[in-house]
Amino acid sequence: MRESIIMKIHYGTALAAVALVAVHVLMRLTQSFSESLEYENVIANYQFIPYAGMLEIILILLSIHGFNGLRVILLELKQGKVYEKTVSYGCLAAMVGLIAYGSRTIIMVNMGMV
Amino acid sequence: MGHQDENKEGIGGMINPRRYGIERVAYLLMRLSGLGLLAYFIGHIYETSKILQGEFGWNEVLEITQTTEGHVLLAIVIAMCVFHTVNGIRVMLGEGGVGVGKPARPDYPYIPASQNARHKMGIYSAIVLAAIAMFYGLGVMFGE
Amino acid sequence: MTQVSSIAKQQASTTLSSSKSVTLRIARFNPEHDSERKFMEFTIPFEKWTTVLDIILEVKKHFDHSVAVRYSCRQATCGSCGMIINGKPRLACFTKISELDSDVVTVEPMNNFPIIRDLAVRFERLFDSHHKIKPYLIRDDSEIISNEKEFLQSPKEVEQYIQFANCIKCGLCNSACPTMATDSSFVGPQALAQAYRYVADSRDKGKDSRLKIIDESHGIWRCHFAGSCSQVCPKGVDPAMGIQLLRGYLLGFRS
Repeated sequence: MRESIIMKIHYGTALAAVALVAVHVLMRLTQSFSESLEYENVIANYQFIPYAGMLEIILILLSIHGFNGLRVILLELKQGKVYEKTVSYGCLAAMVGLIAYGSRTIIMVNMGMV
Repeated sequence: MGHQDENKEGIGGMINPRRYGIERVAYLLMRLSGLGLLAYFIGHIYETSKILQGEFGWNEVLEITQTTEGHVLLAIVIAMCVFHTVNGIRVMLGEGGVGVGKPARPDYPYIPASQNARHKMGIYSAIVLAAIAMFYGLGVMFGE
Repeated sequence: MTQVSSIAKQQASTTLSSSKSVTLRIARFNPEHDSERKFMEFTIPFEKWTTVLDIILEVKKHFDHSVAVRYSCRQATCGSCGMIINGKPRLACFTKISELDSDVVTVEPMNNFPIIRDLAVRFERLFDSHHKIKPYLIRDDSEIISNEKEFLQSPKEVEQYIQFANCIKCGLCNSACPTMATDSSFVGPQALAQAYRYVADSRDKGKDSRLKIIDESHGIWRCHFAGSCSQVCPKGVDPAMGIQLLRGYLLGFRS
């Protein structure tokens, strides 16, 4: 993939994540902070489909943005064909892994499999 | 010093913010906050997965996070998040050529137009907003 | 004879002479037989107008003629005398001792350039990066054809790129760049600014080919707008501006 496409995705995910993370954080302020973290309230959040959907989108956006940023930093630190391929595919794998792991939590709680 | 043949400054040069003004400091803080936020994000995904272990598992997690240390760490994360966001928007606009000045015939003392007050104010705003957000977060967390 | 002595007397009666002196620390390193850099110190008197290059040449003249330093025009035109002066990349001929505001002046070879000896560094990488971005007008026709006129430009069209044409290839920007500190494959601010110089030139038709060249993993995207290149540029080229304007084309902010 051309670097300009990757960086447009990087910027796009950043802008989209800003708005959604703001909503996520503000949800903690709809009740008192400690109340919002109680088990029943957290489960209720996950089982509210629009909110769960939003969490899923945040997970994907921030995984892409974060691991691409890490890839950029690692590519600048050291160069070489093997190293660069390892870093790029490693970050991609970590990104997919984190999305899968986080999605598992969201989907299972949303479906009441807790 | 980096590899002798290339005389690269190495990481020391990359992370040294001292010589080139606030823009270089912002570059360093952007990198540090990005890495910090990525580490927090991974921890957060793991921590929230504990809800799959039911109320007992979730409360175990809260015992670790709802502590003084946990709140201080979260306040630092809030600061990093706000700085990274605000400075990131400034950088995105700058990298698109917005606010970097217009090409003109240079004249002594050759002050670079791209290192202008607008971008400096953007950086200082990011730092100030991060501090405000951090203290607000501390107020919310410790105020209960 | 009387004339000469009176001139001499006049000179002696002026208050131009200063009793100020500065300690010059010169980095000495020969990669052929040295394992690490050493510093030699010299105490040199200076005047209000004395430059760092002047005192380095004083050292060569009176103390140690083996100090290797590259210089030529002495007027910030040729770009030969770039070096690290008190921690920052500067031109030695363009930096006055008085403006450094320090009793000790430390001179070292530019970072991110392989060292030949002492203060002299290799410029092959800078020249290769510069060559890579095709630093010439790209178009099908040419001015060197009989019965053709020169390609005309309005003053406004010239203003779009003339700032970036001021580049003297001194390499200070590459030395200051935080990405160049660790990334051996990065093209560097000098090459990217020159890419913009040609893209912005109304006579040039090679924008797409140049954008393709820099749109790679160690191209323009490894610039993060730290701005250090512009902070150190001695000719007002402002490479950071050129790079961000060039990136505007790739991001769709400009067409």
